[in-house]
Amino acid sequence: MDNSKKTLELHPFFEGMDPDLLEVMVCCACHQEYQPGQFIYREGDDANQALLILEGKVSVEIFATQRGSLGIQTLGPGDILGWSWLFPPFKRRFDARAIELTRAVALDGNFLRQKADENHRLGYELLRRFSRLVVERLQATRLQLLDIYGKHV
Amino acid sequence: MNALIRDQMSPAACVIQRFKKETQDTFTIELSPPVEGSSFHPGQFNMLYMYGVGEVPISISGDPGDTDRIIHTIRAYGAVTSRMMTLKKQDMIGVRGPFGSHWPVEDLAGRDILFVAGGIGIAPLRPALFHILNNRARYGKVLLLYGERTPGDLIYRNQIERWRGRFDLELEVTVDSAREGWRGNVGVVTTLMPRIVLDPSNTFAMLCGPEIMMHYTLQELMKKGLKDDQIYISMERNMRCGIGFCGHCQLGTAFVCKDGPVFLLSQVKHLFRKREL
Repeated sequence: MDNSKKTLELHPFFEGMDPDLLEVMVCCACHQEYQPGQFIYREGDDANQALLILEGKVSVEIFATQRGSLGIQTLGPGDILGWSWLFPPFKRRFDARAIELTRAVALDGNFLRQKADENHRLGYELLRRFSRLVVERLQATRLQLLDIYGKHV
Repeated sequence: MNALIRDQMSPAACVIQRFKKETQDTFTIELSPPVEGSSFHPGQFNMLYMYGVGEVPISISGDPGDTDRIIHTIRAYGAVTSRMMTLKKQDMIGVRGPFGSHWPVEDLAGRDILFVAGGIGIAPLRPALFHILNNRARYGKVLLLYGERTPGDLIYRNQIERWRGRFDLELEVTVDSAREGWRGNVGVVTTLMPRIVLDPSNTFAMLCGPEIMMHYTLQELMKKGLKDDQIYISMERNMRCGIGFCGHCQLGTAFVCKDGPVFLLSQVKHLFRKREL
């Protein structure tokens, strides 16, 4: 558990978090490892985890008929994978696949939701951090959609 | 028109020694210099004249240490560049230049250098990277972040593979979208920024790409602790004469062709992303 606590403390996502709240996170954290090519989850799976990536590279993909898997985002060390556990219907919207050997800390989403309902300070802190993440991803997606390197003459 | 201006306005005919198609819409031409031993500074541009069609400003993208050839990488965006794509070896093209300011690579010896390139913006940065890699011991950590639309739009692919094999260059490439099989990054170039480690007291950044990309990259660099006088950007405007004479590329009080295209951010920050300009 000490190892997990240190890992969470050092992860940029939890920077500056109250140690009491961090303790709750540590209770539901476990280290996981994914081999290159291994699916971490697939679209439609139950979303019950958030992954804090420590090492490696993960591709977030969507499958399109006749086009195959399309990569829409790549995540690496310091990134968070997955927020569907936080919002109904708690289902994965995309596939996530390890491109390289990936090590991560998994946080139990069911446990965190329950704790957040009981402790609103924790709930606020979680939503604040995940909202920021969602906003950053939304802004990056908008830039991606702009096709800024394309021909515009 | 005095003699100096007349000379600068007269294109010299150059023979295309090599034509290489980089991608579907991007190509590299290698020209024999009009004068033996022609030199340029990294970041400068030439005005290339496609006879009977028109003239366009194109950054020099070759190695500044190699004075035997002039190299330009061109993306076919408009009428002139699209026609240039039909050129072949031994064809002639008019060249004026080199013009403009340059990346201050000599002044940055001893510093860590971060290059951020978006799309064809890698071409004006490449001479600076060549210079630094040719004088590698004189610089600290060197990083290159390069963003493109798709894997098929990446230019200098062989070169990038060679650079990737170097232990003294950190290189990350990302694309906006990719099909199955692409093992690199997907996402805009700014998404790479949180993953890199910079020493803000010793790092200088050089940016080149679409203005909107540079705008968001600047925000990420500020988060990393870099100041306005540690960031150089290459601006793009409608450059025509190349010598600050015609005024087409005026940006506030500056002429991009003469005072730029490379600016220290603090010089142009107040003009950056200004709609009226």
